[in-house]
Amino acid sequence: MAATVVTSANFEAEVLKADKPVIVDFWASWCGPCKMLSPVMEEISETEDSVKICSVNVDDEMELASNYGISSIPSLLVFKGGQLVNQSVGVITRQAILDLAR
Amino acid sequence: MADIIIVGAGPAGLTAAIYAQRAGRKALVFEAAVYGGQIVNTPEIENYPAIKKISGFEFATALYEQATSLGAEVKMERVISVTDNGSSKTVKTDNSEYECKAVILATGAKNRTLGLENEKALIGKGVSYCATCDGMFFRGKTVAVAGGGNTAIEDALFLSNYCEKVYIIHRRDRFRAHEAEVAKLKGRENVELVLNKNVTALKEDGGRLCGVEVTDKLTGEKSELAVAGLFVAIGQAPDNTPFENVATLDNGGYIVAGEDCKTGIAGIFTAGDCRTKQVRQLTTAASDGAAAALAACSYIDSL
Repeated sequence: MAATVVTSANFEAEVLKADKPVIVDFWASWCGPCKMLSPVMEEISETEDSVKICSVNVDDEMELASNYGISSIPSLLVFKGGQLVNQSVGVITRQAILDLAR
Repeated sequence: MADIIIVGAGPAGLTAAIYAQRAGRKALVFEAAVYGGQIVNTPEIENYPAIKKISGFEFATALYEQATSLGAEVKMERVISVTDNGSSKTVKTDNSEYECKAVILATGAKNRTLGLENEKALIGKGVSYCATCDGMFFRGKTVAVAGGGNTAIEDALFLSNYCEKVYIIHRRDRFRAHEAEVAKLKGRENVELVLNKNVTALKEDGGRLCGVEVTDKLTGEKSELAVAGLFVAIGQAPDNTPFENVATLDNGGYIVAGEDCKTGIAGIFTAGDCRTKQVRQLTTAASDGAAAALAACSYIDSL
């Protein structure tokens, strides 16, 4: 399944109320490292059933980014049962991404 | 068995892979994080011959595709050690072990950190190494840039467009950056120069950066600046310590080698920003990649 595009309108339903761990990728089109990370996130989304992958475009969702204190991108936030449990800044490997949600 | 193992998939490593493949040698490239290296952080490259303007991301992607389409293999594994067994070399990664005939170390360089206690914990919480990536999150806020080179000045200029106020903290009383850029910076009303001072502590509030302590280099006097963001632009540093057994490192940690990219150990070569050299640019990284690959090919021919 492709990564779910998340906005402030569906953040609660898609992320906070999800039935499995969610990794949210905060990104922007002008951010080179974000664009390097995006295909990895898509690949995880297609191949790993144990986690849900969501993406937030910070240009469109500045308030959502600000609510979660995002000040560097790419930022990955991991939610379990509606709680923020882990986060990471910058490009990391596929394995490191999956480890965040362990 | 690969002929040549290349450590690092930045511009130097991938260029080496292109030259190796075109010379009929099988290249295996290892990358610990993301192909492209530092150039991925550059929004616009405007000094690569024959390309007027390209983003770092597009450049990295095109280079990767060129190398892989020629048959080079890129594996996302971190190289832990290289062992010289004479006519063969053993490369150990975090995943497996590989044999090859020649190794090219193209490990690049990373942003130098201030080395302060809570610096790492505050990355993404006010501390950043990329103003063009993260500047927009500090719109209307007060920030500081640490450094005195071209990157620091460019960062400060960029940030002054969005931020309420920008301090530029530099340990000397003069900037190393181009005069024209420094003059532009001095013309900005919301930029304050904080000279002869070092950043000596990071102040945090609720897990986020709220200020920096600066210490005057001459008087030792400490003072504090309230900032929401600190952009660290104090240059790059290599990380070649895993390869000390197969290469000589200088005081800065760079691999000692001349323009021929030879390390002094037969079959071990080096290319790009990780090598001792004067000019570290995209063009010189690519140039090293070619020189190292062709040197490795003629070394293999001589075996």
